[in-house]
Amino acid sequence: MAIVAVIDYGMGNLHSVAKALGRVSDIRVEVTSDASLIRRADRVVLPGVGAMRDCISEIKRLGLDDVIYDVAKTKPFLGVCVGMQALMDFSEENAGVECLGIVPGSVKAFEQNLKDPLTDAVLKVPHMGWNQVYQATKHPLWRDIPQDSRFYFVHSYYAQPEHPGPVAASTSYGHPFASALVQDNIFAVQFHPEKSQQAGLTLYANFVNWDGQC
Amino acid sequence: MGLAKRIIPCMDVDNGRVVKGVKFVDIRDAGDPVEIAKRYDKEGADELTFLDITASSDNRETIVHVVQDVAGQVFIPLTVGGGIRELTDIRRMLNAGADKVAINTAAVANPEFVKKAADRFGSQCIVVAIDAKSVSKKGEAPRWEIYTHGGRKATGLDALEWACRMVQYGAGEILLTSMDRDGTKIGFDIPLTRAICDAVTIPVIASGGVGDLRHLVEGVTEGHADAVLAASIFHFAEYSIGEAKRYMAENGVEVRL
Repeated sequence: MAIVAVIDYGMGNLHSVAKALGRVSDIRVEVTSDASLIRRADRVVLPGVGAMRDCISEIKRLGLDDVIYDVAKTKPFLGVCVGMQALMDFSEENAGVECLGIVPGSVKAFEQNLKDPLTDAVLKVPHMGWNQVYQATKHPLWRDIPQDSRFYFVHSYYAQPEHPGPVAASTSYGHPFASALVQDNIFAVQFHPEKSQQAGLTLYANFVNWDGQC
Repeated sequence: MGLAKRIIPCMDVDNGRVVKGVKFVDIRDAGDPVEIAKRYDKEGADELTFLDITASSDNRETIVHVVQDVAGQVFIPLTVGGGIRELTDIRRMLNAGADKVAINTAAVANPEFVKKAADRFGSQCIVVAIDAKSVSKKGEAPRWEIYTHGGRKATGLDALEWACRMVQYGAGEILLTSMDRDGTKIGFDIPLTRAICDAVTIPVIASGGVGDLRHLVEGVTEGHADAVLAASIFHFAEYSIGEAKRYMAENGVEVRL
């Protein structure tokens, strides 16, 4: 039976992710920190909430960095929220953290005194709630999800890839930022599909059916 | 187009049943939390909030099961409040499937708890619930104080100062309830809502006093709230969430339809 591994490194919304995956398919969902099981899985999800320093140090402490590097090259791989940010080279969070360096670029904080360019209204940070996701590329993970659908976000930092190439979606909060990235067999989203009702469940359904090709 | 204003139905849960008191007395039974949560989700609720008002600590496990059941069937953010006093309480709720916890009395008793909780679990899941009551006399500049224990106990803390302090301590969101308006159905305390919303850098959920759909719009347009919370108008099916959202959209508020 096909397996999707949800990497458990003690940070986050693992159960919600697992429940959402279980809801949309009959695939076996394993929430695990067992490297051999992750290597055996057909596809892998790297979730995450919380602070970047803790996330990276837990990934390393559990010896999961090597297996993440391997599976991110070979299997359909989905990064969610901090799990997306962790793929970048570097994050400004916690006075600066070296991340996994799988997607070139960095993670930046939303600026203080962020304003809506149209209304001049002050924007609160964290960026929390349902915002529109503009699909910048055609991709199997967007199948049956209408353009500009709303997904649930909660974050104070955003990924900024070095080149625009990997940007799979953008969202505007004071300015446009990358709300989804794609790089070969890797797809990563800043929002929480597991908290985004129908649009999010559709994305997970698309992920479990994805062959890793763009 | 951009970030939508959120509509959040709130369920007071006592021993596993949804109830709603008017000024914390006269409790009416409104039903099964899982069934109600599913209905709200279907109608387009942006998040759900559960406040556990179970008096006996023996029955505290009940809310954990409620959260587990709801989280398995409803895929929108869930906030749980009531009786959150220790880091282990937070861990238990998050493991059950909650996305955020609302901390009220414990924050007042020990503000460092908010800091510890935000450090451990991240600000994104720490909601500080503020129950405020007007204390200024006629002719004085408006002032509100923090109350705890369901509005029974004054603390002497100024609401505006307290809200700013909670932001510094790592709160990710504020759930602001007017104790003067809670259960009255005459609308939010707009001056209070606006004062807090304009003073803090994090999102604020306005609560207390919603009696009709116009009040929801006012909370956003006049109170500057990022989200509006209501209970009784949704529980007793006076309005559906869908109706509320369409009304807000017609009145110029950006919502998720």
